Amino acid sequence: MAEKEKPKKPKGEVHVNREVCKGCGFCVEFCPSHVLALDTAFNRKGYHPPVAAKPEACNGCNLCGLYCPDFAIFGVRLGKAEEDSDEG
Amino acid sequence: MTQPRNPVEPFLRMDRMPHIWCPGCGIGVVVNCFARAMLESKTDIDSVQVVSGIGCTGRIAGYLRMDSYHTTHGRAIPFATGLKTARPDMKVVVFSGDGDLVAIGGNHLIHAARRNVDIKVICVNNFTYGMTGGQVAPTAPIESVATTSPFGVFEQPFNLAFLADSAGAVYVARWTTYHVRQLAKAMREVLQKPGFCFVEVIAPCPTIYQRRNRLGDALDAMRFYKQQSKLSEGADTRTLDIPMQGPIPVGRFVNRDRPTLLENMNTVLGKRLGAKFTPYPTGVTR
Repeated sequence: MAEKEKPKKPKGEVHVNREVCKGCGFCVEFCPSHVLALDTAFNRKGYHPPVAAKPEACNGCNLCGLYCPDFAIFGVRLGKAEEDSDEG
Repeated sequence: MTQPRNPVEPFLRMDRMPHIWCPGCGIGVVVNCFARAMLESKTDIDSVQVVSGIGCTGRIAGYLRMDSYHTTHGRAIPFATGLKTARPDMKVVVFSGDGDLVAIGGNHLIHAARRNVDIKVICVNNFTYGMTGGQVAPTAPIESVATTSPFGVFEQPFNLAFLADSAGAVYVARWTTYHVRQLAKAMREVLQKPGFCFVEVIAPCPTIYQRRNRLGDALDAMRFYKQQSKLSEGADTRTLDIPMQGPIPVGRFVNRDRPTLLENMNTVLGKRLGAKFTPYPTGVTR
Protein backbone atom coordinates (compact mmCIF):
# COMPACT_ATOMS: atom_id res chain seq x y z
CA MET A 1 0.00 0.00 0.00
CA ALA A 2 2.46 2.60 1.19
CA GLU A 3 5.12 1.11 -1.03
CA LYS A 4 6.96 3.37 -3.39
CA GLU A 5 6.45 2.99 -7.07
CA LYS A 6 8.84 0.46 -8.51
CA PRO A 7 9.44 0.86 -12.19
CA LYS A 8 12.02 -1.90 -12.13
CA LYS A 9 10.89 -5.35 -13.15
CA PRO A 10 11.04 -7.85 -10.32
CA LYS A 11 13.76 -10.44 -10.57
CA GLY A 12 13.42 -14.07 -9.78
CA GLU A 13 15.01 -17.42 -10.23
CA VAL A 14 13.65 -20.81 -11.06
CA HIS A 15 14.53 -24.06 -9.32
CA VAL A 16 14.10 -27.46 -10.92
CA ASN A 17 14.10 -30.77 -9.12
CA ARG A 18 15.36 -32.71 -12.13
CA GLU A 19 14.80 -36.21 -10.82
CA VAL A 20 11.03 -35.96 -10.22
CA CYS A 21 10.31 -34.16 -13.51
CA LYS A 22 8.45 -36.12 -16.21
CA GLY A 23 9.12 -33.70 -19.03
CA CYS A 24 5.50 -32.80 -19.84
CA GLY A 25 6.57 -29.30 -20.92
CA PHE A 26 3.70 -27.36 -19.29
CA CYS A 27 6.18 -24.96 -17.64
CA VAL A 28 8.01 -24.36 -20.90
CA GLU A 29 4.78 -23.68 -22.78
CA PHE A 30 3.09 -21.41 -20.25
CA CYS A 31 5.99 -19.43 -18.77
CA PRO A 32 4.92 -15.81 -19.39
CA SER A 33 8.54 -14.66 -19.70
CA HIS A 34 9.65 -17.60 -21.90
CA VAL A 35 12.48 -18.43 -19.53
CA LEU A 36 12.44 -22.18 -19.87
CA ALA A 37 13.38 -24.77 -22.44
CA LEU A 38 13.53 -28.55 -22.28
CA ASP A 39 17.02 -29.83 -21.65
CA THR A 40 18.70 -32.09 -24.19
CA ALA A 41 20.13 -34.16 -21.35
CA PHE A 42 18.08 -36.84 -19.61
CA ASN A 43 17.28 -37.34 -15.97
CA ARG A 44 17.54 -40.74 -14.31
CA LYS A 45 14.07 -41.79 -15.54
CA GLY A 46 14.80 -40.81 -19.13
CA TYR A 47 12.82 -37.57 -19.32
CA HIS A 48 14.06 -34.16 -20.43
CA PRO A 49 13.63 -31.76 -17.52
CA PRO A 50 13.37 -28.01 -18.15
CA VAL A 51 16.32 -25.67 -17.80
CA ALA A 52 16.37 -21.90 -17.55
CA ALA A 53 17.45 -20.93 -21.05
CA LYS A 54 17.00 -17.21 -20.32
CA PRO A 55 17.41 -17.00 -16.54
CA GLU A 56 17.73 -13.21 -16.63
CA ALA A 57 14.11 -12.93 -17.88
CA CYS A 58 12.63 -14.76 -14.88
CA ASN A 59 10.53 -12.56 -12.61
CA GLY A 60 9.76 -15.28 -10.07
CA CYS A 61 6.00 -15.32 -10.67
CA ASN A 62 5.92 -19.07 -9.90
CA LEU A 63 3.34 -19.83 -12.58
CA CYS A 64 5.56 -22.76 -13.60
CA GLY A 65 5.24 -24.04 -10.05
CA LEU A 66 1.46 -23.81 -10.27
CA TYR A 67 1.32 -25.69 -13.56
CA CYS A 68 3.78 -28.44 -12.68
CA PRO A 69 1.93 -31.76 -12.18
CA ASP A 70 5.03 -33.26 -10.56
CA PHE A 71 5.93 -30.51 -8.07
CA ALA A 72 9.35 -30.43 -9.75
CA ILE A 73 9.71 -26.72 -10.51
CA PHE A 74 9.04 -23.45 -8.76
CA GLY A 75 10.08 -19.85 -9.07
CA VAL A 76 11.11 -17.55 -6.24
CA ARG A 77 11.16 -13.80 -6.33
CA LEU A 78 14.52 -12.31 -5.42
CA GLY A 79 15.25 -9.14 -3.56
CA LYS A 80 12.41 -8.89 -1.11
CA ALA A 81 11.14 -10.99 1.73
CA GLU A 82 8.58 -13.69 1.11
CA GLU A 83 5.34 -11.90 0.42
CA ASP A 84 1.86 -13.25 0.31
CA SER A 85 0.88 -13.93 -3.22
CA ASP A 86 -2.19 -12.13 -4.41
CA GLU A 87 -4.65 -13.61 -6.80
CA GLY A 88 -3.53 -13.05 -10.31
CA MET B 1 22.95 -20.52 0.91
CA THR B 2 20.31 -23.11 1.63
CA GLN B 3 18.42 -24.55 -1.26
CA PRO B 4 14.91 -23.01 -1.35
CA ARG B 5 12.04 -25.45 -1.05
CA ASN B 6 8.92 -25.62 -3.12
CA PRO B 7 6.27 -23.70 -1.14
CA VAL B 8 3.70 -26.48 -1.56
CA GLU B 9 5.99 -29.16 -0.12
CA PRO B 10 4.58 -28.92 3.43
CA PHE B 11 1.23 -30.12 2.05
CA LEU B 12 2.62 -33.13 0.23
CA ARG B 13 4.18 -36.42 1.19
CA MET B 14 7.40 -35.72 -0.66
CA ASP B 15 8.87 -39.09 0.30
CA ARG B 16 6.34 -40.67 -2.09
CA MET B 17 7.38 -38.57 -5.06
CA PRO B 18 7.64 -39.04 -7.98
CA HIS B 19 3.97 -40.01 -8.04
CA ILE B 20 2.42 -42.69 -10.23
CA TRP B 21 0.50 -40.37 -12.57
CA CYS B 22 1.55 -40.32 -16.20
CA PRO B 23 3.65 -37.51 -17.64
CA GLY B 24 1.31 -34.57 -18.23
CA CYS B 25 -1.59 -36.00 -16.23
CA GLY B 26 -3.85 -33.22 -15.01
CA ILE B 27 -4.35 -34.68 -11.55
CA GLY B 28 -0.97 -33.37 -10.40
CA VAL B 29 -2.03 -29.87 -11.42
CA VAL B 30 -5.21 -30.23 -9.34
CA VAL B 31 -3.21 -31.32 -6.28
CA ASN B 32 -0.84 -28.43 -6.87
CA CYS B 33 -3.73 -25.95 -7.03
CA PHE B 34 -5.26 -27.40 -3.86
CA ALA B 35 -1.96 -27.09 -2.00
CA ARG B 36 -1.70 -23.53 -3.29
CA ALA B 37 -5.23 -22.76 -2.12
CA MET B 38 -4.40 -24.12 1.35
CA LEU B 39 -1.24 -22.02 1.39
CA GLU B 40 -2.90 -18.82 0.23
CA SER B 41 -5.92 -19.11 2.52
CA LYS B 42 -3.57 -19.98 5.41
CA THR B 43 -5.76 -22.98 6.19
CA ASP B 44 -4.46 -25.06 9.07
CA ILE B 45 -3.25 -28.38 7.72
CA ASP B 46 -4.78 -30.16 10.74
CA SER B 47 -8.25 -28.76 10.07
CA VAL B 48 -8.65 -30.41 6.67
CA GLN B 49 -9.41 -34.03 5.94
CA VAL B 50 -9.17 -35.46 2.48
CA VAL B 51 -11.23 -38.42 1.30
CA SER B 52 -10.84 -40.06 -2.06
CA GLY B 53 -12.25 -43.08 -3.79
CA ILE B 54 -10.69 -45.43 -6.30
CA GLY B 55 -8.99 -44.71 -9.57
CA CYS B 56 -6.18 -42.44 -10.68
CA THR B 57 -7.74 -39.52 -8.81
CA GLY B 58 -8.20 -41.73 -5.77
CA ARG B 59 -4.46 -41.71 -5.33
CA ILE B 60 -4.58 -38.04 -4.29
CA ALA B 61 -5.28 -39.02 -0.68
CA GLY B 62 -1.97 -40.84 -0.58
CA TYR B 63 0.04 -37.85 -1.70
CA LEU B 64 -1.44 -35.11 0.48
CA ARG B 65 0.22 -34.77 3.87
CA MET B 66 -2.93 -34.28 5.91
CA ASP B 67 -5.47 -36.65 7.40
CA SER B 68 -6.45 -38.51 4.28
CA TYR B 69 -8.57 -41.55 3.59
CA HIS B 70 -8.51 -43.79 0.57
CA THR B 71 -11.93 -45.40 0.58
CA THR B 72 -13.76 -47.97 -1.52
CA HIS B 73 -14.92 -47.44 -5.08
CA GLY B 74 -17.53 -44.71 -5.34
CA ARG B 75 -18.02 -44.43 -1.58
CA ALA B 76 -15.87 -41.41 -0.86
CA ILE B 77 -18.95 -39.23 -0.26
CA PRO B 78 -20.68 -41.53 2.28
CA PHE B 79 -17.39 -41.81 4.12
CA ALA B 80 -16.97 -38.04 4.06
CA THR B 81 -20.55 -37.55 5.26
CA GLY B 82 -19.83 -39.72 8.29
CA LEU B 83 -16.57 -37.93 8.90
CA LYS B 84 -18.20 -34.53 8.76
CA THR B 85 -21.03 -35.62 11.04
CA ALA B 86 -18.61 -36.99 13.62
CA ARG B 87 -16.23 -34.05 13.42
CA PRO B 88 -18.18 -30.94 12.32
CA ASP B 89 -15.19 -28.76 13.19
CA MET B 90 -13.20 -30.30 10.33
CA LYS B 91 -13.25 -29.28 6.68
CA VAL B 92 -13.81 -32.41 4.62
CA VAL B 93 -12.67 -32.43 1.01
CA VAL B 94 -13.50 -35.24 -1.41
CA PHE B 95 -11.28 -35.80 -4.43
CA SER B 96 -12.73 -38.12 -6.98
CA GLY B 97 -12.64 -38.95 -10.63
CA ASP B 98 -15.62 -38.84 -12.94
CA GLY B 99 -15.94 -42.63 -13.08
CA ASP B 100 -15.75 -42.99 -9.32
CA LEU B 101 -17.98 -40.07 -8.45
CA VAL B 102 -20.75 -40.15 -11.04
CA ALA B 103 -20.82 -43.76 -12.20
CA ILE B 104 -20.63 -46.04 -9.19
CA GLY B 105 -20.96 -43.20 -6.70
CA GLY B 106 -23.58 -41.23 -8.60
CA ASN B 107 -26.34 -41.88 -6.13
CA HIS B 108 -24.23 -40.70 -3.23
CA LEU B 109 -23.36 -37.52 -5.09
CA ILE B 110 -26.94 -36.47 -5.73
CA HIS B 111 -28.11 -37.29 -2.22
CA ALA B 112 -25.21 -35.52 -0.54
CA ALA B 113 -26.02 -32.48 -2.69
CA ARG B 114 -29.72 -32.78 -1.88
CA ARG B 115 -29.08 -32.93 1.86
CA ASN B 116 -26.44 -30.22 1.58
CA VAL B 117 -23.81 -32.10 3.55
CA ASP B 118 -21.00 -29.67 4.36
CA ILE B 119 -18.34 -31.33 2.20
CA LYS B 120 -16.29 -30.03 -0.70
CA VAL B 121 -16.22 -32.27 -3.75
CA ILE B 122 -13.52 -31.80 -6.35
CA CYS B 123 -14.17 -33.95 -9.39
CA VAL B 124 -11.31 -34.50 -11.81
CA ASN B 125 -13.03 -35.16 -15.11
CA ASN B 126 -10.84 -36.72 -17.77
CA PHE B 127 -13.74 -38.27 -19.76
CA THR B 128 -12.58 -41.85 -19.26
CA TYR B 129 -11.64 -44.57 -16.80
CA GLY B 130 -7.88 -44.12 -16.74
CA MET B 131 -6.67 -46.73 -14.29
CA THR B 132 -8.73 -49.63 -15.59
CA GLY B 133 -7.82 -49.08 -19.22
CA GLY B 134 -10.16 -46.62 -20.86
CA GLN B 135 -13.73 -47.89 -20.63
CA VAL B 136 -16.68 -45.62 -21.42
CA ALA B 137 -17.22 -43.20 -18.56
CA PRO B 138 -20.53 -41.45 -17.86
CA THR B 139 -18.87 -38.23 -18.98
CA ALA B 140 -17.33 -39.57 -22.21
CA PRO B 141 -18.43 -37.22 -25.01
CA ILE B 142 -20.51 -38.62 -27.88
CA GLU B 143 -18.28 -39.94 -30.70
CA SER B 144 -15.21 -40.28 -28.49
CA VAL B 145 -13.46 -43.65 -28.74
CA ALA B 146 -13.06 -45.88 -25.71
CA THR B 147 -11.90 -49.49 -25.29
CA THR B 148 -15.47 -50.65 -24.72
CA SER B 149 -16.77 -48.45 -27.51
CA PRO B 150 -14.29 -48.75 -30.38
CA PHE B 151 -16.60 -47.12 -32.95
CA GLY B 152 -17.47 -44.18 -30.79
CA VAL B 153 -19.58 -43.51 -27.73
CA PHE B 154 -23.26 -43.05 -28.53
CA GLU B 155 -24.60 -42.45 -25.02
CA GLN B 156 -25.52 -39.00 -23.83
CA PRO B 157 -22.87 -37.97 -21.28
CA PHE B 158 -23.58 -36.32 -17.95
CA ASN B 159 -23.39 -32.57 -17.64
CA LEU B 160 -21.88 -32.61 -14.16
CA ALA B 161 -22.45 -28.95 -13.40
CA PHE B 162 -26.16 -29.32 -14.18
CA LEU B 163 -26.37 -32.53 -12.17
CA ALA B 164 -24.82 -30.91 -9.09
CA ASP B 165 -26.88 -27.73 -9.50
CA SER B 166 -30.20 -29.50 -9.90
CA ALA B 167 -29.45 -31.82 -6.96
CA GLY B 168 -28.93 -28.76 -4.78
CA ALA B 169 -25.22 -27.95 -4.48
CA VAL B 170 -24.58 -24.46 -3.13
CA TYR B 171 -21.42 -23.87 -5.14
CA VAL B 172 -20.81 -25.22 -8.63
CA ALA B 173 -17.82 -24.33 -10.75
CA ARG B 174 -15.98 -25.82 -13.68
CA TRP B 175 -12.40 -25.08 -14.69
CA THR B 176 -9.77 -26.85 -16.73
CA THR B 177 -6.21 -27.60 -15.68
CA TYR B 178 -5.17 -24.68 -17.86
CA HIS B 179 -6.95 -22.26 -15.48
CA VAL B 180 -4.64 -22.79 -12.52
CA ARG B 181 -5.17 -19.39 -10.90
CA GLN B 182 -8.94 -19.59 -11.18
CA LEU B 183 -8.89 -23.16 -9.92
CA ALA B 184 -6.82 -22.25 -6.88
CA LYS B 185 -9.21 -19.36 -6.23
CA ALA B 186 -12.25 -21.65 -6.53
CA MET B 187 -10.66 -24.05 -4.07
CA ARG B 188 -10.01 -21.17 -1.66
CA GLU B 189 -13.67 -20.20 -1.96
CA VAL B 190 -15.01 -23.68 -1.34
CA LEU B 191 -12.78 -24.10 1.71
CA GLN B 192 -14.55 -21.08 3.22
CA LYS B 193 -18.06 -21.85 2.05
CA PRO B 194 -20.44 -23.92 4.19
CA GLY B 195 -22.50 -26.50 2.36
CA PHE B 196 -22.09 -28.92 -0.51
CA CYS B 197 -19.61 -27.43 -2.98
CA PHE B 198 -18.81 -29.02 -6.32
CA VAL B 199 -15.82 -28.12 -8.47
CA GLU B 200 -15.36 -29.95 -11.74
CA VAL B 201 -11.88 -29.87 -13.23
CA ILE B 202 -11.39 -30.89 -16.86
CA ALA B 203 -8.05 -32.67 -16.96
CA PRO B 204 -6.02 -34.24 -19.76
CA CYS B 205 -5.50 -38.00 -19.81
CA PRO B 206 -2.65 -38.32 -22.31
CA THR B 207 -2.19 -42.07 -21.97
CA ILE B 208 -5.79 -43.20 -22.44
CA TYR B 209 -8.21 -40.55 -23.64
CA GLN B 210 -5.88 -38.43 -25.74
CA ARG B 211 -4.06 -41.39 -27.26
CA ARG B 212 -7.15 -43.43 -28.17
CA ASN B 213 -8.83 -40.41 -29.70
CA ARG B 214 -5.64 -39.28 -31.47
CA LEU B 215 -5.71 -35.93 -29.74
CA GLY B 216 -1.99 -35.55 -29.19
CA ASP B 217 -0.28 -35.34 -25.85
CA ALA B 218 -1.06 -33.49 -22.66
CA LEU B 219 0.44 -30.26 -23.93
CA ASP B 220 -1.91 -30.36 -26.93
CA ALA B 221 -4.80 -30.81 -24.52
CA MET B 222 -3.67 -27.80 -22.50
CA ARG B 223 -3.38 -25.68 -25.65
CA PHE B 224 -6.84 -26.87 -26.64
CA TYR B 225 -8.25 -25.83 -23.25
CA LYS B 226 -6.57 -22.47 -23.66
CA GLN B 227 -8.15 -21.89 -27.06
CA GLN B 228 -11.54 -23.51 -26.57
CA SER B 229 -12.50 -22.58 -23.02
CA LYS B 230 -15.40 -20.20 -22.94
CA LEU B 231 -15.84 -18.15 -19.79
CA SER B 232 -19.51 -18.46 -18.80
CA GLU B 233 -19.73 -17.11 -15.24
CA GLY B 234 -23.19 -17.59 -13.82
CA ALA B 235 -24.48 -19.33 -16.94
CA ASP B 236 -27.59 -21.52 -16.88
CA THR B 237 -26.15 -24.92 -16.01
CA ARG B 238 -28.44 -26.64 -18.54
CA THR B 239 -26.35 -25.13 -21.31
CA LEU B 240 -23.01 -26.47 -20.11
CA ASP B 241 -22.66 -29.69 -22.11
CA ILE B 242 -19.14 -30.46 -23.29
CA PRO B 243 -19.19 -31.64 -26.92
CA MET B 244 -16.40 -33.80 -28.31
CA GLN B 245 -13.52 -31.39 -28.99
CA GLY B 246 -15.94 -28.49 -28.80
CA PRO B 247 -15.91 -25.37 -26.67
CA ILE B 248 -15.73 -25.97 -22.91
CA PRO B 249 -17.84 -23.56 -20.85
CA VAL B 250 -15.92 -22.71 -17.68
CA GLY B 251 -16.57 -20.49 -14.71
CA ARG B 252 -18.43 -20.34 -11.45
CA PHE B 253 -22.06 -21.12 -12.19
CA VAL B 254 -23.78 -21.37 -8.83
CA ASN B 255 -23.02 -19.64 -5.54
CA ARG B 256 -25.97 -19.60 -3.17
CA ASP B 257 -26.68 -20.25 0.49
CA ARG B 258 -28.78 -23.01 2.00
CA PRO B 259 -28.77 -24.43 5.53
CA THR B 260 -26.57 -27.49 5.79
CA LEU B 261 -27.69 -30.96 6.86
CA LEU B 262 -26.69 -30.48 10.50
CA GLU B 263 -28.28 -27.02 10.68
CA ASN B 264 -31.52 -28.41 9.28
CA MET B 265 -31.40 -31.25 11.79
CA ASN B 266 -30.99 -28.79 14.66
CA THR B 267 -33.86 -26.65 13.38
CA VAL B 268 -36.35 -29.44 12.88
CA LEU B 269 -35.52 -31.52 15.95
CA GLY B 270 -35.19 -28.40 18.10
CA LYS B 271 -38.68 -27.35 17.07
CA ARG B 272 -40.20 -30.77 17.69
CA LEU B 273 -38.36 -31.76 20.87
CA GLY B 274 -37.92 -28.35 22.50
CA ALA B 275 -35.81 -28.33 25.65
CA LYS B 276 -35.21 -32.08 25.44
CA PHE B 277 -33.00 -31.52 22.38
CA THR B 278 -29.38 -30.44 22.70
CA PRO B 279 -28.28 -28.80 19.45
CA TYR B 280 -25.48 -30.66 17.72
CA PRO B 281 -22.41 -28.59 16.74
CA THR B 282 -22.61 -27.80 13.04
CA GLY B 283 -19.17 -26.34 12.44
CA VAL B 284 -20.82 -23.51 10.52
CA THR B 285 -20.55 -19.87 11.57
CA ARG B 286 -23.03 -17.67 9.77
